[in-house]
Amino acid sequence: MSGIVSYGSYIPKYRIRPEEIARVWGEDAEKIKNGIYVISKSVPSPDEDVATISVEAARNALKRRPINPKHIGAIYIGSESHPYAVKPTATIVASALGADFNLFSADYEFACKAGTAGMQNVKAMVDAGNISYGIAIGSDTSQGAPGDVLEYTASAGGTAFLIGGEDVIAEINHTASVTSDTPDFWRREGQPYPTHGERFTGEPAYFKHTRAAAARIMEMAGTKPEDYDYAVFHQPNGKFPTRVAKILGFREEQYKDGLLTPVIGNTYSGAMMTGLSAILDKAKSGDRILAVSFGSGAGSDGFDITVTDAIGKMDRHAAPTIQDMLDNVKWVDYSIYAKFKKKIVVGENIA
Amino acid sequence: MGELSRFWRESDHRYRLVAHKCGNCDRVYFPPRDVCPTCHRESVGKMEPIDLSGKGEVVSYTVVHEAPTPFTRQKPYILAIIKLDEGPSLTGQIVDSDPEEVDMGKRVHSVFRKVAEDGKSGIIQYGYKFVLD
Repeated sequence: MSGIVSYGSYIPKYRIRPEEIARVWGEDAEKIKNGIYVISKSVPSPDEDVATISVEAARNALKRRPINPKHIGAIYIGSESHPYAVKPTATIVASALGADFNLFSADYEFACKAGTAGMQNVKAMVDAGNISYGIAIGSDTSQGAPGDVLEYTASAGGTAFLIGGEDVIAEINHTASVTSDTPDFWRREGQPYPTHGERFTGEPAYFKHTRAAAARIMEMAGTKPEDYDYAVFHQPNGKFPTRVAKILGFREEQYKDGLLTPVIGNTYSGAMMTGLSAILDKAKSGDRILAVSFGSGAGSDGFDITVTDAIGKMDRHAAPTIQDMLDNVKWVDYSIYAKFKKKIVVGENIA
Repeated sequence: MGELSRFWRESDHRYRLVAHKCGNCDRVYFPPRDVCPTCHRESVGKMEPIDLSGKGEVVSYTVVHEAPTPFTRQKPYILAIIKLDEGPSLTGQIVDSDPEEVDMGKRVHSVFRKVAEDGKSGIIQYGYKFVLD
């Protein structure tokens, strides 16, 4: 059965704390931390963007499973912060990996679930016999307007999954999606920052779609929450995934390893996939994983995954683990953050 | 447009550190060279592309305080001569570290980063930089 052959993630080294953001905007940091359950978030340096994060994540996947890059048949990159409006990130990543000229590729956009839509597409192409291997990447340098509540969570990072039919470390047993026209969060063409429907982002959007996709997957697989060793959900903040896990009947020991937003913030298209990467860092043969992404607009992609014996043969330390990237950080204050994220007006001699 | 086509031509070595190895004397050249400067005519048709590992050590470095426009958000930034494990030395930025963390002899590895942007509407140039191991 097809599934994940290798995986790799990348989280920028810089971090900022909510106390520092709250200090600038005159907010109550404790109230915000308790409201969204985030204690720090990653910040991209000025020379990092979705292309660089995607390349590093994909290279980490290839360090764990060094296949010939010419055998990669497809590259799909999901993001809502592609560096170009017109000029696919996938072309830059393909070139940086040394992929073949004969390559299926595209950039995807579906808010925070574009990367998992890529996983589904690559799996389908492997199952159809079109390709031997494909790479699906979810990556973002997400935007939050200065002073907006999103600024406390919008962060940067990404994860790449090499998907194929042989030497699979995690079989994708089932996948399914739900989609509806729900205006919970959006960014109009040409606008630098997104707009959100505040509390409308909760019940009719995140919870409805995540619950429905999880329920559909468990119905297809004939499973119950207690059959899973791990569960990972899209994590726009620390609170939503915890609440949806409890509503669905999952216990803390099942979802805590995949919950990264409290320490790295919301990496948008990278969020659920990076949580899954953290789980694969420690999973053992036979472990079963429920993974559900959510993209505003809105929709959810669900996956029922079983870890195989092949994970025991993989050198998972051939590339940095998520824990390695959580341990190696540099803290910045709001001034440096604002400079890195181009949030301040500058003169002509500053790029 | 000259810059555009030059960066496009050089993308293999800027993105992936592709060097050329002389099939006559086994010397490795980065940036790649069509003819080995040691073997001259003997090397014609024998220069083979190889992917460098990106692993090496700091031979020398400097800290740039007066930065050109594309690097103003990163100043002061560190520019180093790196000797790669395969032999060639090259100049590259060391990022994600403060100047006092860098020293000669320290091990580094390459990373893929944005090098420059041609204004707000031009092309984005990507390439190799280095971080401390």
